[in-house]
Amino acid sequence: MGNAKLWGLKKSPWVFHLAAAACNNCDIEILDLITPRWDVERFGIVLVGSPRHADALLVTGVINRKTLPRVLRVYEQTPKPCLVIAIGTCSCSQNIFTPSYNVVGPYDKHMPVDVYIPGCPPKPETMIMGIVKALKRL
Amino acid sequence: MKKEYSKKILDEINAKFPEVIIKIHSPRRTYISISREKVYDFVEFLYKEKGFRFSIATGIDTRDGIEIIYHFSHDEAGTYYNIKVLVPKDDLKIKSMTMLLPATDWIEREIHELLGVDFIGHPNLVPLLTAETWPADLYPLRRDYADEHKNIKIKKKLWEES
Amino acid sequence: MRRIVPIGPYHPLQEEPEFFKLIVEGEKVVDLEINIGYNHRGHEFISQTLTWDQIPFLVERICGICSDSHPYAYVLAVEDCAHITAPPRAQYIRTIIGELERIHSHYLWLGLAGHFIGYNTVWMWVWRYREPLLDLFELIMGNRNHYAINKIGGARRDILPEDYPKIEKYLDLLEKKNAMFTNAILDDPVIRARLENVGILSKEDAIAYGVLGPTARGSGYACDIRKDDPYDAYDKVDWNMIVFEEGDVLAKAKVRLIECNESIKIVRQCLKNMPDGPIETRVDEIPPGEGIGRHEAPRGEVFHYVRSDGSNMPVRHKVRAPSFMNVASNVVAVKGYSIADAALVLAAVDPCYCCTERTFVYENGKKKYSGQDLLKLSWEKTEKIKRRYGK
Repeated sequence: MGNAKLWGLKKSPWVFHLAAAACNNCDIEILDLITPRWDVERFGIVLVGSPRHADALLVTGVINRKTLPRVLRVYEQTPKPCLVIAIGTCSCSQNIFTPSYNVVGPYDKHMPVDVYIPGCPPKPETMIMGIVKALKRL
Repeated sequence: MKKEYSKKILDEINAKFPEVIIKIHSPRRTYISISREKVYDFVEFLYKEKGFRFSIATGIDTRDGIEIIYHFSHDEAGTYYNIKVLVPKDDLKIKSMTMLLPATDWIEREIHELLGVDFIGHPNLVPLLTAETWPADLYPLRRDYADEHKNIKIKKKLWEES
Repeated sequence: MRRIVPIGPYHPLQEEPEFFKLIVEGEKVVDLEINIGYNHRGHEFISQTLTWDQIPFLVERICGICSDSHPYAYVLAVEDCAHITAPPRAQYIRTIIGELERIHSHYLWLGLAGHFIGYNTVWMWVWRYREPLLDLFELIMGNRNHYAINKIGGARRDILPEDYPKIEKYLDLLEKKNAMFTNAILDDPVIRARLENVGILSKEDAIAYGVLGPTARGSGYACDIRKDDPYDAYDKVDWNMIVFEEGDVLAKAKVRLIECNESIKIVRQCLKNMPDGPIETRVDEIPPGEGIGRHEAPRGEVFHYVRSDGSNMPVRHKVRAPSFMNVASNVVAVKGYSIADAALVLAAVDPCYCCTERTFVYENGKKKYSGQDLLKLSWEKTEKIKRRYGK
């Protein structure tokens, strides 16, 4: 069962986009990936509406106190094995928001992260490169 | 042209509320200080009779107390009138403007949770921005808020369907 | 029987629950509860720990879409506090970038509104013509978003004269495509049926809730900072304020589409009349005092207030984005409409608010519909209307 999921993941990863307290820039660049210039759907990458259908989680934003329980819940709902791809400097290392009273640490403090794609925001080409590198490693 | 417009309004304010202190910072920025007891009537005058638009309110923690500044915009003249009120620290209460101006609803909730001012008469003074797990007596925008409070532990709450 | 429908407005693909709670009776929405705080990162607190010229970089990350408007308003606030004027060339550069950003933001909204109604073609085409604009930003300033052109006392980078023809070429392309989008959207009977008379916000409510930007101008309330309190090059060029009276989603869409044309006019005039000279003035210190800066962002008036005590860090920095007032007005705009229209009405104020969304329909505590289902309800309504028009 695990092998079938892994095969599906490698050939056509279905991604779920999870944003926790983001400025929306990385999120817009992720949506840009579907538009005609990059068009990742021809590679089989599909944005799904529920974490239960997802092979990979694209996480953005710096987590704040209110969104932490929800983020953890989404991670629990995603069937394993799954890839967690942290997009943007905010999700890799909290960026400039470290002094704030409302932030609770970057994503790798709360869940295992497989790929880090830094940048503010990272260009869509960088994101594709990051996802491909992660898939090749599997 | 626009400068004279402001002069007419300032004359009217001086006539009706002679105890205010007016400071003109630049042609389109005026700061008016008024006491806590008179500010509700003054805001009613600006909103209802002069037709100014409420922009936002700012809360500042100063040595003498918590200063609340109500920012009003006079769109035809492009001028901002900023009403300053000082609330003493040992009696942090002021009358809420929400019933008069629905636009002040959210900002009063924000000043309440980040600075600790009580708005009397507000229909729903619950926290707006901070999490449910944030302690209610901790005010981040106060100057004596210490950085060590940042590491308040929060419990991993399971998602509850309400 | 009353049911509660929690719903979120902006990206159908984001994930955070209980942002808005719609209370419905049958198919009609009777009340709305708004629950925010999922994006609160404490900018005003962090501002107190940074120096004056580090803050523009912090403040542009409040929002990624109108990321030029916050530094612009902040820089105007500090210049007001210290009584500084930027040199003319810098004023023109800042105006040009502010207007190009307005075009980018309105196109973004248009694409997402198209996606909500179910017209994915609109989304793909509009975002395709947004790409050359982002390339232009990268050419001038080095980054597609978060470009950091504003600086206390002027602009950080210059627009070189050899780049003017590239900007002109893009504006020519944009004028043609804007005309195509405007006609396509306003002439299509199905889109009109979805957007017309939906989510009406009356002028009295617009004034009582203090709404701003295209949300206010679509309800007949003519307020625009660029005309009322002009700054930089806005009073040196010739342009019109666009106001419509109806107050529904179609009026707001029309305001945004036609404003793009006005922005193109402003940029062309600025490029033609660009003065020579330095792009910054020297600023040694910010004296004690207070300052207010306002800028007409794509969504409305952005307001920044700073207080200085003469040191190198602000004592207080207050930020107010226009969505703070616009989103609160949804309480009146969404009442009386169906659930299928609710997603559209909540998105019509263009919440740049980096917010939340997971939709569930609850019936006495049991889940009935999920987030994707509500989007599908909206798409189904469009299909029904299409069949009615015989398409």
